[in-house]
Amino acid sequence: MSEFTITINNREVPAGEGMTVLQAAQQAGIRIPTLCYHPDLPPLGACRVCLVEIEGERALQPSCSFPVRPGMVVQTHSPKVRKARRTVVELLLSDHPSDCTVCARNGSCELQALAEELGIREVRVRVEPRGLPVDDSSLAVVRDPDKCILCRRCLQTCEQIQAVAGLRLKGRGYDSIVGAPFDTPLGHALCVNCGQCINRCPTGALVEKTQIPEVWAALEDPQIFTVVQTAPAVRVALGEALGMPPGEIVTGKMTSALRALGFDRVFDTDFTADLTIMEEGHELIHRLQHGGPLPMLTSCSPGWIKFLEHFCPQLIPNVSTCKSPQQMFGALAKTYFAEVAGVDPAKMRVVSIMPCTAKKFEAARPEMCASGFRDVDYVLTTRELAQMIKEMGIDFANLPDSDYDDPLGESTGAAVIFGATGGVMEAALRTAYEVITGERLENVDITPVRGMEGIKEATVKIGDLELKAAVAHGLANAAQLLDKIVAGAADYHFVEIMACPGGCLGGGGQPLPTSPEIRLQRAEAIYQADRELPIRRSHENPSIQELYARFLGEPLSERAHHLLHTEYTPRTKQAVQVE
Amino acid sequence: MAAACLCAETYPKIEEIIQAKGATPDSLIEILHAVQEEIGYLPQPVQEFIADRLGISAGTVEGVVSFYSYFTTVPRGRHTIKVCQGTACYVRGGKRVLEVVAHHAGCGVGETSPDMKYSLEVVRCIGACGLSPVMTVDEDVYERVKPTKVGELLDKYE
Ligand code: SF4
Ligand code: SF4
Ligand code: SF4
Ligand code: FES
Ligand code: FES
Repeated sequence: MSEFTITINNREVPAGEGMTVLQAAQQAGIRIPTLCYHPDLPPLGACRVCLVEIEGERALQPSCSFPVRPGMVVQTHSPKVRKARRTVVELLLSDHPSDCTVCARNGSCELQALAEELGIREVRVRVEPRGLPVDDSSLAVVRDPDKCILCRRCLQTCEQIQAVAGLRLKGRGYDSIVGAPFDTPLGHALCVNCGQCINRCPTGALVEKTQIPEVWAALEDPQIFTVVQTAPAVRVALGEALGMPPGEIVTGKMTSALRALGFDRVFDTDFTADLTIMEEGHELIHRLQHGGPLPMLTSCSPGWIKFLEHFCPQLIPNVSTCKSPQQMFGALAKTYFAEVAGVDPAKMRVVSIMPCTAKKFEAARPEMCASGFRDVDYVLTTRELAQMIKEMGIDFANLPDSDYDDPLGESTGAAVIFGATGGVMEAALRTAYEVITGERLENVDITPVRGMEGIKEATVKIGDLELKAAVAHGLANAAQLLDKIVAGAADYHFVEIMACPGGCLGGGGQPLPTSPEIRLQRAEAIYQADRELPIRRSHENPSIQELYARFLGEPLSERAHHLLHTEYTPRTKQAVQVE
Repeated sequence: MAAACLCAETYPKIEEIIQAKGATPDSLIEILHAVQEEIGYLPQPVQEFIADRLGISAGTVEGVVSFYSYFTTVPRGRHTIKVCQGTACYVRGGKRVLEVVAHHAGCGVGETSPDMKYSLEVVRCIGACGLSPVMTVDEDVYERVKPTKVGELLDKYE
């Protein structure tokens, strides 16, 4: 790549071939407002907010897609640019509902922030919002088309990052609308509930389906015993939604906040992540020793599971039968814990705090009632929890740390890394190695499966076996891997797939905004949390050992099968799903 | 032109067209044209079928079909009525004209009347604002349309 300089705002800044004006400006710390641009997506050039004046160009040009040329001279905030930019934003606001005060994105909305940045205090032309109906048919994603600014970030996400292509732009001009094909309500459309479109929507046009009111009601009901579980990836991201920088580990503050909200028991999904390793690890060993089916595919990401059911049902026999840690937790809370604590499971409500919107769908699957009740009653995203903490007036940053409760609160470093891509693989290998060989694994850091590479491969020597592993995150990467497996062009034994970029830490329920940098910071925090834990192998978790001794018997026992394993539903890739 | 019938013979015909044009995403627009020529319109199952055959999402096909006003997803009536709802026409009675037209034609916007006589559409400004409100039937342009005259005007068409 050849290097040269360009001039932005009378300042010489470095640039290189293949860069856009926006990239060169960002690198030099010069801010250009953007709206349809997102660091995870190719530039779309749809909104024209990022306009700049370029010497020699007659018209203003969108900096997000305009390539740099040696010696070019750019003005990012000349009077002409500021005027044009203001007009663009005013036009966007002209039919936008003035709903900021009651909008789920109040405070995190990019359109709102842009109006503030440009100092817009009046909109000269006002037309009625279109009054299109809100689509809340999905258990995960709510769509409010009146708040849509047609930036197309969601469709690009759904197609390019997730390979679902479940959204489209219909019509043109004023009549355009973004949604599922043939105006299908999202709940009946081809959608895996991953929420990645929410994470990249600049406005409140796509938000999660909230269960905050239901959770308040349960907390306020003296007859109800409330149990909460927190997923691995929440503890490294929650702080972001409460004014802290990315990459802070806030586990102890989070448990204190949950107590302050009134939960009767504060437990950890990490506990059942360790349990997942016990069950899935033994399932892998069984398959290795009894002729498959191989490769075994992981099952803890409900976005991935639904993707597989739609696009690759022929591989259902390859998926581990293990429920996800969230569902294992629910099933145990209303059986094992209810028994130990003497609580009537009918009066218990299990709430999960998840980095994920697909978990909302998963908890509602009809088969997830192993305890005789709905195993997980309510699922809140990390963002929703932050919202409740704010509403309760909790000074989060200054909360003292506290521990999880027993007996579903103890966990290991192997569990916390479930939150990052490659983590389930690494955790499973730590245990499988020691179970198969009977030897101690000297170095538990299995680094080839870490990192943000879309598809990672590793070969691990376990006794005489050369175990071949592959890891994919983001469903477009997963789809590539699946093609290879289906074509018989891969000889993996074990494959980990997470629906979201970076794994759960980049989940569709995590604090906004998202970017590769932010996800990297969360991942670093996860591996730091792993290093800091005294126990880093799932099979060494004393509470897990006690659970097997007192309740489950052995991994893959009949009771374990009933409570902790599940089956899957083949679906079609039809744009309109008939339920 | 065929009516709203998607019988068993339709799909082999579409398949033939796809084969002739090439089953690649690049041929999408040509295929849509040819299929609409053949069966008259592009209903949802046909769009899905084409998407599946070209290995693209249904949304991509629907995006194209909805972008070009030439394509239609409902069978066309013998006459196409377009009522202007641009700002000038709208404020000068176009809204009322549309209501009356819909009533007389017996179908809503984007629909075809049950007797297959009319298809009704709205347009946003055809550049005759000075003569608003404006509507067209096939190639005929009607200016300064009075709601009370709409019935008479439409009755001229067979
Ligand atoms: S989407 Fe943004 S600008 Fe629109 S109402 Fe919500 S917060 Fe306000
Ligand atoms: S939730 Fe995921 S699959 Fe569904 S529309 Fe959004 S990005 Fe696509
Ligand atoms: S729903 Fe959101 S991301 Fe999608 S086009 Fe509209 S504003 Fe953009
Ligand atoms: S940010 Fe460049 S055109 Fe939208
Ligand atoms: S608004 Fe109807 S012709 Fe211009």
